[in-house]
Amino acid sequence: MSTSVEAPKNAPLLSVENLVVEYPSKRFRAKPFRALTDINITIGQGETLGLVGESGSGKTTLGRAVLGLAPVTAGKVIFEGNDISNASRKERRTLSRDLQVVFQDPYTSLNPALEIGDILAEPLAVQGMEPAAAKKRVRELLDQVGLPSDAIHRLPREFSGGQRQRVAIARALALSPKLIVCDEPVSALDLSTQARVLDLFLQIQRDTGVSYLFVSHDLDVVRHISHRVAVMYHGEIVEQGPAEVVTRDPEHPYTQRLLLASPVPDPDRQEQRRADRHRLLANQQRQNEQAGAVA
Amino acid sequence: MSDSIDSSAVTADAAGLAAKPGTGQSGTVVRSTVMRRLIRNPLGIASLVILGTIAILAIFAPVLAPFEENFANISKTLAPADSVNILGTDSAGRDTWSRLLFGAQLTLLSALLCAGVAIAIGLPAGLIAGYYAGKFEAVSNWVVSILMSLPGLIVLLTIRAAFGPSVWISMIAFGVLISPSYFRLTRTAVQSVRNELYVDAARVSGLSDLSIIARHIFSVVRAPIIIQTAAIAGVAIAIQSGLEFLGLGDPTKATWGVMLSEGFKNVYLTPTLLLWPALAMALTIGGLVLLGNAIRDALEDGEKIKHRKKRSVATAEGTTAEPAKARQSRKSVAAVELGTEHHLIKVTNLGVGYPQADGSVKKVVDDVSFHVDRGEILGIVGESGSGKSQTAFSILGLLPDNARIVGGSIQFDGNYTVAPGDDRVNQERLSKLRGKRISYIPQEPMSNLDPAFTIGYQLVTPMVRVLGITKAEARTRALKLLTDVGIANPERTFDAYPHEVSGGMAQRVLIAGAISCEPDLVIADEPTTALDVTVQADVLDLLRELQQRLNIGVILVTHNFGVVADLCDRVAVMQNGRLVEEGTVRDILRNPKEQYTQTLLGSMLEGKTPMTMLVTPQKEPVA
Repeated sequence: MSTSVEAPKNAPLLSVENLVVEYPSKRFRAKPFRALTDINITIGQGETLGLVGESGSGKTTLGRAVLGLAPVTAGKVIFEGNDISNASRKERRTLSRDLQVVFQDPYTSLNPALEIGDILAEPLAVQGMEPAAAKKRVRELLDQVGLPSDAIHRLPREFSGGQRQRVAIARALALSPKLIVCDEPVSALDLSTQARVLDLFLQIQRDTGVSYLFVSHDLDVVRHISHRVAVMYHGEIVEQGPAEVVTRDPEHPYTQRLLLASPVPDPDRQEQRRADRHRLLANQQRQNEQAGAVA
Repeated sequence: MSDSIDSSAVTADAAGLAAKPGTGQSGTVVRSTVMRRLIRNPLGIASLVILGTIAILAIFAPVLAPFEENFANISKTLAPADSVNILGTDSAGRDTWSRLLFGAQLTLLSALLCAGVAIAIGLPAGLIAGYYAGKFEAVSNWVVSILMSLPGLIVLLTIRAAFGPSVWISMIAFGVLISPSYFRLTRTAVQSVRNELYVDAARVSGLSDLSIIARHIFSVVRAPIIIQTAAIAGVAIAIQSGLEFLGLGDPTKATWGVMLSEGFKNVYLTPTLLLWPALAMALTIGGLVLLGNAIRDALEDGEKIKHRKKRSVATAEGTTAEPAKARQSRKSVAAVELGTEHHLIKVTNLGVGYPQADGSVKKVVDDVSFHVDRGEILGIVGESGSGKSQTAFSILGLLPDNARIVGGSIQFDGNYTVAPGDDRVNQERLSKLRGKRISYIPQEPMSNLDPAFTIGYQLVTPMVRVLGITKAEARTRALKLLTDVGIANPERTFDAYPHEVSGGMAQRVLIAGAISCEPDLVIADEPTTALDVTVQADVLDLLRELQQRLNIGVILVTHNFGVVADLCDRVAVMQNGRLVEEGTVRDILRNPKEQYTQTLLGSMLEGKTPMTMLVTPQKEPVA
């Protein structure tokens, strides 16, 4: 695996500058829907940026904009020094060697009609790899994600959710990318399966030095896997910083609410957290009222 | 990774168009099973034999036919069948059998031409319109609407007048006229998979649009196209023969339509002249329609056949179970075990199973026992496929029809709803309890509200029915309930339709509905799983507050230990249909005795050192 460990750390692998994403409205001459407003993030080599937020916060859209699946209205997406916000399909093909994706739903992210081997060979074939070499690589990949090699000739429906997600991860790894956008990759999985897949993500990062943009609604998941965390709310990033700080001692009122809303698996500590949350909500409401009175 | 995920995936997939088993057929594996299913189907094999025979006769017409198609023996007109002319001759002394064979050639070829033209226009246009949408789709929709509004027969007559009586030209024209059916079919199928994640994944991989369409999209439309073609070919034969029957065909060519026309002219002299082409057409068109149906069955109804088998087993059991049913109604009077009447609900050694096609019974709940008292919250925790929802549904009596109680009993407030020995939930008893004394909060708030009715209507109707109060009283009550569940503007929510409120609001409405008839027991099946975490916290607060105020018993089915810690007094942990461990919430969460509970709790991320392995040993390759 060609990890560029010696690469200078100062230049980020990916940086997103003042990104705006708008979807045209279906109605005639209506204002377009603004999904993302003024987004700024960077991801370094071998680093994981966790992106946390609730439904409709725009976290998935940000991932899709980086991948070229959402329209960039303004701002830049810079990958290894090149602006890729409006990359052509041909440029994307070159990019796909370095930039890959794992989607949330392992049931719809694999074509049900294709065998696992064909699914994994697809990105290899796009890059012009010989079938024999591709087959060898597919076996390596299956081994890397902990699936048996007889999986090659089986269909996705023969696998459980966790196993399918392993296939999706293997597909993302096929071209040894530098950055993988992970869009809620564990949220459809059972608890024990989630733990195993998170282990796999960490192991792969240790082995290959890949960077992750890890999108999740679960603060615990993001804290576990990320170096830095960005919190999204209504299409904006409200707080960004080292994972430990943002997920344990957040500054922004929304992140504070998010943290205290997530229940802990112990009745007494949860009771404490519940009380803390009620106090926080009361405080924030008082502040809002005061701010409203001043304004 | 549990196998149950897999099986649920299969059912989910089977429901989706994209996953019709066999629409893919990239591998020969799938193909062969479709082919085998087709042959096993009596209709399929019959239609294949008919069409195959006709095709062979048509192909070898020059060899098989004793005469040229237009060879006329003037001295032998309208002759009956003899050893030379096995089906007799027509008014010009031409051999009917020979003309029938040559006619088959021309008729089948022209039908193929028609379908070919229609596919050549409709399929690519449908693929492009479905995949790219936008302007092309808008324009082609216009064209399609115009084509479909044209009166087909009149257009064909005009074309015949302009270009002369050519079978080929009229079939090309008909192909164009009928191409919208392919266009619409293709476009709809493509639209359904255009936004699938695997198409996105292919885009990220840098596949060109052409390769994406060829690899991922085309496979979805292939099967419907084949079925459609069988039908279209039949229609083409009918239309073409119809034109020729009207005398608009080319009289120098032998086709079934021309023969039909000829036979009709001589229907009083030699009725059999009409019979043979009509029979040939009926066989061919019938064969095509049956083939289309059989292919569809082979592709789509693989599941159905299995179900039918299952049902036959079920009915077989049903008949033997008839005396048992009689026993059941007698037994339902039976008193529960002494000293257990005070439990609100008591489940004893419950087993739930599904009879399989091979006669065995697949147990999804096995030997499960627990009880809930008034004012108590019991959490049932487990991963997918652990049987936790099946347990809840058997208390509610909402198991699917083919489910069987294979053991144990359920008693509610001192009376059996499932007495020992019953193989079904006693619906008679339970329907009196359900909604009134036992109520239910579902997982998906949105799909559990009917989008066609206002929220108010959906709250009022059950109250009027169950409590027997007037509509006005029920309305006042409903508004109070909405206030109780923390909805700021109850009037507005009362008049709103489900799509006008958020998911958290919808769940509050369902909770209001669940407590509206003052139940003693509420069964909440993953009530917060579909909600955002901040909304979840609010809903949990609401549930706790209501439970304490109304002193009801609650069974909370969940996979989230945080939710359990927040609400529950006691916890039951389930795995693969069995109860692994049961105890107070502090005992189970802090000192789990069973290995499985420990593993589950060990998978929790809370309190773990970030960036460390959770279950796999450090530095070991993940296996």
